[in-house]
Amino acid sequence: MENNKQIFEFERPIYDLITRLEEMKAITSENQVDMSGAVAVLEKNILELKNNIYSNLNRWQKVQISRHTNRPYTLDYIEAITTEFTELFGDRQVKDDKAMVGGFARIGEYPVMIIGQQKGRDLKSRQFRNFGMPNPEGYRKALRLMRLAEKFGVPVITLIDTPGAYPGLEAEERGQGEAIARNLLEMSVLKTPVICVVIGEGASGGALGIGIGDKVYMLEHTWYSVISPESCSSILWRTWEKKELAAEALKLSAQDNLELGIIDGIIPEPLGGAHYDHQFVFNALKEQLLSDLDVLTKTDTPTLIQNRIEKFSKMGVVDYI
Amino acid sequence: MSWYKRISENILTPTSEKKEVPDGIWTQCPGCKTAISTKTIHKNAYVCTTCNHHLQIGSREYFEILFDENEFTEMDANMISADPLEFKDTKAYPDRLIDSIKKTKLKDAVRTAHGKSNGLDLVVVCMDFSFIGGSMGSVVGEKICNAVKFCIENRFPLLIISRSGGARMMEGALSLMQMAKISANLALLSQNGLPYISLMTDPTTGGVTASYAMLGDLNIAEPNALIGFAGPRVIKETIGQNLPEGFQRSEFLLEHGFLDFIIDRKDLKDKLSSLLKIMQKLPSGE
Ligand SMILES: [Zn+2]
Repeated sequence: MENNKQIFEFERPIYDLITRLEEMKAITSENQVDMSGAVAVLEKNILELKNNIYSNLNRWQKVQISRHTNRPYTLDYIEAITTEFTELFGDRQVKDDKAMVGGFARIGEYPVMIIGQQKGRDLKSRQFRNFGMPNPEGYRKALRLMRLAEKFGVPVITLIDTPGAYPGLEAEERGQGEAIARNLLEMSVLKTPVICVVIGEGASGGALGIGIGDKVYMLEHTWYSVISPESCSSILWRTWEKKELAAEALKLSAQDNLELGIIDGIIPEPLGGAHYDHQFVFNALKEQLLSDLDVLTKTDTPTLIQNRIEKFSKMGVVDYI
Repeated sequence: MSWYKRISENILTPTSEKKEVPDGIWTQCPGCKTAISTKTIHKNAYVCTTCNHHLQIGSREYFEILFDENEFTEMDANMISADPLEFKDTKAYPDRLIDSIKKTKLKDAVRTAHGKSNGLDLVVVCMDFSFIGGSMGSVVGEKICNAVKFCIENRFPLLIISRSGGARMMEGALSLMQMAKISANLALLSQNGLPYISLMTDPTTGGVTASYAMLGDLNIAEPNALIGFAGPRVIKETIGQNLPEGFQRSEFLLEHGFLDFIIDRKDLKDKLSSLLKIMQKLPSGE
């Protein structure tokens, strides 16, 4: 906790208490006075405050946590939960998209194809990864890898973390819309198990472009919706300032999406978010994937595809006059 | 109590499909600004007789253009949006829906129908931009999927006419999932060997472009239609430059390999019949 460089406003009261605790401990060691009673009380207060704040996060606070720069990114998960990872590059048409990574690996004994959007941490790597915003080549690279997995009956795992597909001039020239659309169609009938997990930001079509799976999960403090709260605010309220209201209105949290029937489950994060304890989320994700791979690899392919299509066909709520 | 109980019955009574336009009424073409007799424009498939500008029209007009004698059977005519998120921005979603229903006399942003076009069975899905920007929510997804199922059951070909600003924000992730839902059902249509023609009209952007609009066996467009994933304003802000002339227009997409061809609205019906007969290996007729 002490190493966290990016502290959110809503966490400030916790850090204030931590500062007081540190001061108290310093006094104790300098003056040789016994303050262990007071220290214990304060430690208890900190824990209670943490529980209170982190279990009552509003939707905008969750959006902030999903974007924390110390959260694990796709390659961090791949390194932590897989073995024998071989990264595969390129879409075989135009180039290699650095915002989309993937390759063969093993999870436990299961061979898998693991694919995901990749963000960078410092300025240079963020630019290199195009801030996790793929061009059409990224989606076509993902599809190429999925087809490769399908050919050998290897399950596909996708990790979703993007502020959106890149809205650039060349992206449009090379058919961003077509690339995402193609993935939606092909993934819905891919002849191998597909598991998708939102590990950070799940922004609109850019996220969905690798998001059609037999099982779709979200980590506890992530978001997934049709638009980012900022863009929604700018369009509907005509200002960038209503992002908190927009986040509430969009019902974009993992809990909301579970209630709406859009995801199959929520993978827990440690108190305060994944950035506080990477190993915690690595374990939680790996456990979930292994348990699903156990089931999905034993399901025959036509049933798998039929269930997948039926699952998505049920999504939506309409009324009749 | 559902929001729609608040709408009076008379608003939802369907208006007659076609009204003869009297003489002496003029329309100014948004393209060349010429004043042209409205009757003349309507007879010319709502295309300007001076500059070939294609006026923005909706499902009523497309059904009239495509179905023989304007005879068709509408499907899911009584389906309307729910408010699953209880969404509210500056206005509550149900109030937006009621306003749009009153203004457009439509129930949502898409209508689906089947009938004969040049004697050939055809299912037509047509979006209405006048209804909340032609935005795609649960109704659009459900109606299109039902139309696809109807095509599979009856072995009919499918035409989808897109005109949309993209997914509807007021239904959040449920709107996003309509892209997945429709694409999955189009995969089934494709596996059944039935033709799907996607006609893109001005404008077709966002989640509609990134799903069914780009998934036709044939992707075609009206002339000079704006077609893209990101809107021009967003792209301009991202790259900090002005966009080149003709960027994201039909002709631009054709040059970059994303359209099979561009079609004048006047020629649409006959071109469709010709192609659908070839694709279904039917005799050419006369
Ligand atoms: Zn004109």
